[in-house]
Amino acid sequence: MSLTLEDVTRIALLSRIDLSAAEREATRDQLNGILGFIEQLQAVDTTGIEPMAHAVDVVQRLRPDVVTETDRRADFQAVAPETEAGLYLVPRVVE
Amino acid sequence: MSDLVNSSLRELSAALAAKKVSAVELATLFLDRIEKLNPALNAFIALDRDKTLTQARGTDAALAAGAGSTLTGIPLAHKDIFCTNGWRTSCGSKMLANFVSPYDAHVVEKLAAAGMVTLGKLNMDEFAMGSSNETSFFGPVKNPWDVSRVPGGSSGGSAAAIAARLTPAATGTDTGGSIRQPAALCGLTGLKPTYGVVSRYGMIAFASSLDQAGPMAKSAEDCALLLNAMAGFDPRDSTSLERSTEDYARDLEKPLAGLRIGLPKEFFSDGMDADVRAAVEVALAEYRTLGATTVEVQLPNSGLSVPAYYVIAPAEASSNLSRFDGVRYGYRAPEYADLTEMYSRSRAQGFGAEVKRRILIGTYVLSHGYYDAYYLQAQKIRRLIAADFAEAFKNCDVIMGPTSPSVAFGFGAKSADPVQMYLSDIYTISTNLAGLPGMSLPCGFGNNNMPVGLQIIGNWFGEAKMLNVAHQYQKATDWHMKFPEQMR
Repeated sequence: MSLTLEDVTRIALLSRIDLSAAEREATRDQLNGILGFIEQLQAVDTTGIEPMAHAVDVVQRLRPDVVTETDRRADFQAVAPETEAGLYLVPRVVE
Repeated sequence: MSDLVNSSLRELSAALAAKKVSAVELATLFLDRIEKLNPALNAFIALDRDKTLTQARGTDAALAAGAGSTLTGIPLAHKDIFCTNGWRTSCGSKMLANFVSPYDAHVVEKLAAAGMVTLGKLNMDEFAMGSSNETSFFGPVKNPWDVSRVPGGSSGGSAAAIAARLTPAATGTDTGGSIRQPAALCGLTGLKPTYGVVSRYGMIAFASSLDQAGPMAKSAEDCALLLNAMAGFDPRDSTSLERSTEDYARDLEKPLAGLRIGLPKEFFSDGMDADVRAAVEVALAEYRTLGATTVEVQLPNSGLSVPAYYVIAPAEASSNLSRFDGVRYGYRAPEYADLTEMYSRSRAQGFGAEVKRRILIGTYVLSHGYYDAYYLQAQKIRRLIAADFAEAFKNCDVIMGPTSPSVAFGFGAKSADPVQMYLSDIYTISTNLAGLPGMSLPCGFGNNNMPVGLQIIGNWFGEAKMLNVAHQYQKATDWHMKFPEQMR
C-alpha cells in the first residue's frame, strides 16, 4: 500500500512537524520509497515467533525510594528557551 | 614530538611517565594540528583551548603526584552526541546548536576520571542518522584520504579526526554501523561493544534498544584500553548490565592457533565491490597463516536486517525525539500562534530532512492499524536474525566479513535516495539487532587508494576475544599504522 497526501498530513500532525504543501508531496514520495523497501518484511512467515523488543533480556531494576539527585533547577533552566520564576513558559493553553 | 602523532596509547603513556612529554605539551601538539588541518576536514565542531589546557594541567599534576592511570594525560575527543559539561553538545543538529550541556555523559565522566584530556567535540550525522556525515547541520566531514569523499557516518567526525591524526582516540556510537562503517572508510579501528556494556546515560538517544557507545582509535590494543575505561555498570541507564569488571586487554597476546573463523555465505555473495572482496580475502589468508581455520556459516535472515532496522530504529527515534519540543531545551521557532504550532514549527525548523523522514516513518509504523503489520513483524524478524547468529556461533569463535560493501564514496553519490544510503550498512546492522559486539579494522586499500575495513563480529560478551583476534592481525600487518601523506 502507498501513502496519500492525506496520510502524510495525518502523520505530520501526529509527529508535530509542520510541512508545507510542497514538502508534503516530496515527503509522500520519499516515504513511499522507504515503505516499498520495508514491504518485503510482510512476506516472511513469523508464526509462533516471539517479538524481540530488546537486544538483551533485562528486567527493570528497582531501587530504594530515596532522593539521589541534587537540585540543579537553575542549571537546567539556563538552557531553556523561555522561563520565569522557575517555570517553563509556553503559549497559553487554557483560556 | 612529531612521532607522537602516530604513537599508540601505550607509547604515549610511557612517554608521559618518563616525562619525555607533558600532558599540556601533548594536548598542544594535537590542538595545533587541529588548527592547521581541521578547516579542510570539518571534523571538530567545538574547540576550547583554555578548557583543554586547564584539564591537561590537572592531569600533569596527577601524574607528578603518582596518581595517574595508563590513560592519564592522553588526549581524546568526543562525538558530539555525548553530553559534556560546559561544552556545546549539538548532536549535529540545528535543534541543539545552542545547547551547552549542564552535565557529563557517563562515558565522558569515566574517561575524564581515567585522566584523558578532552580536545573538543566531533561532527556527526544529525542525531546519528546517516552513513556519510552529509546530514550534519554543521556541514559534511571530509575523508582525510580524499576530501572529495565521505568519511562514513554517523561517527564521521571521530573517524576523520583519528585518520588525520588530529587526536589519538575518540568516542563513537553505533546504532546500525555508525562506529564500524566510518572506521572502515577512514582506515582505523573501531569497536561496538555488546549492548549494555557501556552506559547510555548522557548519550543523546536515537534508537534506545540498539544504541551503544564504543571506542575508535588506531589499533585494537588502543580500543581495549579505552573500553576498559568506558565500560561498567551505571544505575542511571536502565539497560546497563550488572557484570563484573573485565580487563578487555587480557587476551591480546594469545596466539590464534585453532581459532575458528565463520564466514557467512550471505556476506560473500553479491553486493560487495571487487576491490573490497580482494582486500578481505587477503586478510583471511593472513589469518590462516596465523593458525586460524575458516568455516562457512549461514545467516539466512541477514538480508532482512536492513528493512527490519528501518522499521525498528525510526519507531524508537520517533518516540525519543519527541522530547525536542522547544520547551525545556533546544530550538524554539520565533513565531507561532498557539502551543501546537510552537511544537510543529520548532520541530520543522530545528530538524533536518533525514531526521524528519525517520520521525515520520516511525510515527507511521507505530500508529493505530499499522503497529502489528510493521513494528511487531520487524521485532519478530529481529528474533530470527539473533537466532541465526546463535546458531552460527556453535561452529565458530568469531565471524568475519567486509564492514562496508564499498570504499568511501563521493559526496552526493547516495544522498538523493534514502534507501541506497541505508544499504551502505548492510553488513553492520544485523549485529545491532542481535545486540552482538562488532569491530572494524583496516585490512588494505581498494580503488583510488581508499581504505578497506575487515569486520569481526564476536559472540555476546566476546569483546576480549575479538580484540585478541584483531591485535594478532595488527602485530603481523601495518595497515593500522598508515595515515594520509597530506596529513603529515
